[in-house]
Amino acid sequence: MQKTYIQAIRDAMYEEMQRDENVFVLGEDVGRKGGVFRATEGLYDEFGKERVIDTPLAESAIAGVGIGAAMYGLRPIAEMQFADFILPAVNQIVSEAAKIRYRSNNDWHCPITIRAPFGGGIAGALYHSQSIEALFASQPGLKIVIPSDPYDAKGLLKAAIRDEDPVLYFEHKRAYRLLKADLPEEDYIVPIGKAGVKREGEDVTVITYGLCVHFAKQAAEKLADQEGISTHILDLRTIYPLDKDSIIEAAKKTGKVLLITEDNKEGSVMSEVSAIIAEHCLFDLDAPIQRLAGPDVPAMPYAPTLEKEFIVDEAKIKQAIQDLAEF
Amino acid sequence: MLAKEAINMPKLGESVTEGTITTWLVKEGDQVNKYDPLAEVMTDKVNAEIPASFSGVITEIIAAEGETVEVDSLIAYMETEASDEVEANDKADGISNEKKEEENVVEEIDQSMKQRYSPAVLRLAQEHHIDLQTIKGTGRGGRITRKDINLLIKEGLPSEKKEQETETSAPQVSQAVHHSKEDTVIPVSGVRKAIADNMVRSKTEIPHAWMTVEVDVTDLVSYRNQIKESFKQREGYNLTYFAFFVSVVAKALKEFPQLNSTWQGHQIVQHKDVNISIAVASEDQLFVPVIKHADEKSIKGIAREINELAHKARNGKLTVSDMEGGTFTVNNTGTFGSVSSMGIINHPQAAILQVESIVKRPVIINDMFAARDIVNLSLSLDHRILDGLVCGRFMQRVKSLLENINENTTNI
Amino acid sequence: MSELNRHEKLGLTDEDVINMYKTMKLARKIDERMWLLNRAGKIPFVVSCQGQEGAQIGAAFALNREKDYIAPYYRDLGVVLHFGMTTQEIMLSAFAKAEDPSSGGRQMPSHFGSKERRIITGSSPVTTQVPHAVGFALSAKMKGKDFVTFTSLGDGSTNQGDFHEALNFAGVHQLPVITFVENNELAISVPIEEQIASETIAVRAESYGMEGVRVDGNDPLACYEAVKEAHNRALNGEGPSLIEAVTTRLMAHSSDDNEKQYRTEEELKHAKENDCLLLFESYLKEVSVLTDEIYDEIDSQIKTDINEATEYAEKAPYPDPSTIHDYVYAAEEGE
Repeated sequence: MQKTYIQAIRDAMYEEMQRDENVFVLGEDVGRKGGVFRATEGLYDEFGKERVIDTPLAESAIAGVGIGAAMYGLRPIAEMQFADFILPAVNQIVSEAAKIRYRSNNDWHCPITIRAPFGGGIAGALYHSQSIEALFASQPGLKIVIPSDPYDAKGLLKAAIRDEDPVLYFEHKRAYRLLKADLPEEDYIVPIGKAGVKREGEDVTVITYGLCVHFAKQAAEKLADQEGISTHILDLRTIYPLDKDSIIEAAKKTGKVLLITEDNKEGSVMSEVSAIIAEHCLFDLDAPIQRLAGPDVPAMPYAPTLEKEFIVDEAKIKQAIQDLAEF
Repeated sequence: MLAKEAINMPKLGESVTEGTITTWLVKEGDQVNKYDPLAEVMTDKVNAEIPASFSGVITEIIAAEGETVEVDSLIAYMETEASDEVEANDKADGISNEKKEEENVVEEIDQSMKQRYSPAVLRLAQEHHIDLQTIKGTGRGGRITRKDINLLIKEGLPSEKKEQETETSAPQVSQAVHHSKEDTVIPVSGVRKAIADNMVRSKTEIPHAWMTVEVDVTDLVSYRNQIKESFKQREGYNLTYFAFFVSVVAKALKEFPQLNSTWQGHQIVQHKDVNISIAVASEDQLFVPVIKHADEKSIKGIAREINELAHKARNGKLTVSDMEGGTFTVNNTGTFGSVSSMGIINHPQAAILQVESIVKRPVIINDMFAARDIVNLSLSLDHRILDGLVCGRFMQRVKSLLENINENTTNI
Repeated sequence: MSELNRHEKLGLTDEDVINMYKTMKLARKIDERMWLLNRAGKIPFVVSCQGQEGAQIGAAFALNREKDYIAPYYRDLGVVLHFGMTTQEIMLSAFAKAEDPSSGGRQMPSHFGSKERRIITGSSPVTTQVPHAVGFALSAKMKGKDFVTFTSLGDGSTNQGDFHEALNFAGVHQLPVITFVENNELAISVPIEEQIASETIAVRAESYGMEGVRVDGNDPLACYEAVKEAHNRALNGEGPSLIEAVTTRLMAHSSDDNEKQYRTEEELKHAKENDCLLLFESYLKEVSVLTDEIYDEIDSQIKTDINEATEYAEKAPYPDPSTIHDYVYAAEEGE
C-alpha cells in the first residue's frame, strides 16, 4: 500500500508501541491533536494518554524527563514540535544524553529517540525552516539520522527506537506529504550508521541526505536523458557518526564529488564529509570537491523570492552536476 | 631503613602555577605525622595549609617564608621510614616504553607510493618538463613530494637532456673498475695526470652554470667560402672558422671585462689583456695554448697563430710560455661534430665558450623556410664570478658580431 | 520517653540515630581527608559536603535504600554513603582511578553514579538531574512501581530553567518525586538574597501545585521528618514535594575557591557554631545515646577505614589510556 513519508513515521511509532510496551511518546500536542503535522495521529486513541503524553510547553523538560525515563529503562520518543525549537533542550541532549554512557563508564545508558521536523521550502520563514543538524553533529555519544524517503523513514525510526543510545531523528517537513512509496508489509529496519546508494552512476558522485536526495534523483534522471551524464547518488541517512567507508567508496567511484545540503554551507555536515574525502581520496579525485548548500545567512527568509534564493532545488542541483561533469 | 623524601609545592587549584610560603608551621628537626600541616601557603585562588605526605623528621627547609615557589618545586626535605608507596603512573609508563621500542624497528624500504603523484607534483613536472620516472622520492613509500620537485628545479634539472650531452673539453676520467688481463692498463702520469688534476679541480671547485645561443652564420660561411681557397694559396695555411670566432670573442671580451677575469681566492681579477686559451687535442693529450693579445690581432693573425700552436702541440713542441697567461678559453668542439656540449672551465678563468658545428638548418624568415647555416655557442660560467645577465649580454654581443660578418664589413 | 528525646517520636531507634551519626561523621572525615590530599598536591579537586551532612543523612534515612532512585548533586557525599557507596570507592574517585564506580576516573570527584545502588549518574551543569528524576518518577507511575525518586540540588540551582520545567512537569502529572534543596545560602559567592526574589525557596512549590516545606537543614531529625512525610505522600499517589533545608556551608565552595573574599570572619564563626555534626553529637550525648565508648569506637573505626581507603586508592591503577574510546556507544553485537 502506498504510504507517505509522514505515514511511514506514524506507522513506525505505532508498530513499535505495539511491539514493546516500554515505548511511549511525549511532546507538545502529540496527544489529542495527534501532532501539529499529524505524525502521532491515532496513537492517543490506540495507546491512551499514559503512553502518548501531552507535555507542558517546555523543551528541556521534554528532553530531560525523556532522558530520565530512558535511563530507567523505558523507550521514550520525545517530539520537538519544530527542530528550530530544540535549542532550549540542547543542554539536556548534549551535556546529558550524549555523555551518560561515557561518563558512567558504561554503567548507565540512555536509549531515547528525539524526533524533530526540519527543513524549508514550506513558507516557514526563519524559525520553521532550519536545518540544525550540524549543531549536534560534532557530539560523540549522539546518533543523528535523516531519512530521505518513506522506506527509510520507517526503517530508520524503528532502528532509532530500538537503539541503545540517544538518537536524533530529523524528518523533512516538506517531504511529509510530497514523498510516497509502497512499503513492505513485514517488519524491517534500516540500520543506523549505514549510508545507502540511491542511484548508480559513473560520471559524478552526489553525496547528500534528506529531501535533497529526492531532488538529486530527479536532476540525475534528466541529466541522463538530456545530456548523457551518469550520476551516482549516496544518501548519508545517518549524518552522525558518518559512514566513512561508504563516503570514500562513493567518492572514489567517479572521482568527481558534489556534496549537497540545504543547511548553510560553512560548518555544515558536508564540510565534514569533504574533510573525510580529502583525507582519504587524494589520488582518486578528478576534480575539486564541490559543495552546493544554502547561503551563509542566519536562516531561511519568509518572502517567496528569498526562500527560493535560499533553497536547494532540482534546477540548482542539475546545474551543479553538469558543471562538475564538464570539468 | 631511612629515606630522604622531597616535599614539593602542591598545585592548589585548577589554574594555579605558584604559591607563596607565608608561614612555616614546622622547623628543621621536628617530627611530623602524615597529614600534619607543614606550612601556610597563599596562591592566587586559595590560602591553605599544606600537609605532610609522609611521617618523619623535617631535615631541611629549602623555601623561606615569603618566598614564591613554582608548583612542583622543592620546598623542604624529610627523613622518613622507607616507604612502600608506589607511584600509580607505573602502568602508563610501561605502555609508553613499549611504544618507543616499536618505533625503533627498522622500516623496510617501501616503494609502494613511488608512482602516486599528487596534483601539485604533476603540475610542477609538466611545467618544468620533468620526467617523474627518473626522480627519487623522499616521501613515505618512495613518494615524490612537492618539495622534492622544488628542490630539483632550484638546483638544476638532472634531466635526460643533460645526460645526453658530453663534457667534451676533456676525455672522461674513468672510475676504478675491475679489469681483466685482456684490458690495457695505462698508468696515469705526466700530462694525463695534469689534465686529470685540473679537471677535477675545475669541476669540484667551480659552481658551473651554462647557457647556449644559436647564431646564424650564413653570411660568415659564404664569405669564408668565397676567400678560403685564395687565402690558402696566398698564406699557406687554412683560414678556419675558428679564427673568426676567436677574433669576435676577443672583441666582445674587451667590452665585457667581467668575463675576462680569474678567480683568485678572495679576489676576482679582471684582466686588461685579452689572452685566449684554445683547446688543442692530440691523440691522448689535451693542451690549452694561449693566443696573447687576441683583441689586438687580425683574423689572419689569429688564424696563423692557431695553426702554429696546433702544429707545436701535435709535435710536442709547446713551451710553458705558449701555455701561460690565458684569461678566457674558446673550445672548438665543432671539430668533433658536436652540436651541444657543456665545457669544464679552465681554472682559474671565469668562463669557457664551446663553438659547436655549423649545420645547415631550415629556418623561417619572413614566413618562408630558408636554409641557413646555424651554429650553437655554449658558454660555461663560474657562477661565483658571473651572473646570467652579463653573460647573456656578452653572448648577444658575440652573436651580433658574428651575424654581421660579411665581405663588406670585415677585413681578414 | 524523655522530653528531650525527639528521635523516638519519629519512630527512630537509638541504633538508627547512631547509624545516622556514624554516616554523618564518615562523610565529614572523608571530606577532610580529601582536602588534605588536595593541599598535599595528590588530588586535583575537592568540592565539599561539610556542614550539609545533617540534611543529607536525615533526608537519605527517610528513603527506601532498596527501592528508591536518587539523583544527587555534587555535595551529596552523605546521601550516597547511605545508599551504599564505600569510603574506598569515594577515594578511588578522588584519585581518578580506574576502579572508581561512578565514572572509572572519567569525571571529577563527587559526580556520583551507580546503577546497582540506583544512584543516577550526574554531570557538572547544575539542575540537569531534576528533569531526570521526574523522568524516573514518570516511569514509576507508568509502570505502577512503588519507588520514589529523590533529587537534590543547591539553592542557586533553583533559578535554572530545568528546575521550573521539571517541577511543573512533576506537578502536572502528580509524580512520586521529592526535590530536596540544600539551601546553604550561597551560590559560590552570591548570597541568597541576590539569588531568589521570593521569601523562601519552599514557596515556589505552590506554583507547581505541590507541597512546599522549609526545615532546619542543620538538624538531621527535622530533615528526616520532612522527607519521610514527602515519601509517604509520593507512595500514596499524592504527588511530588519540594523541601527546602536551610543548611550551613562550612568550607569554601571548592578547593579552588577562597571564601575569605566574600565571607566575613563573623559569618564563618557563625557557620561553625551551626555545625550540624557537633549539634547532633551534643543531642545524642544529651539523650545518652552517644557514650564515650561508642564515640571512641566510631572515631577509631572511621580513621582506620579512611587510612586504608586512601592507601588503596593511591596505589590503584589509573585507567589505561587505550580505554579512552570505550563506551561512547553500546558495544556492537559480537564485540
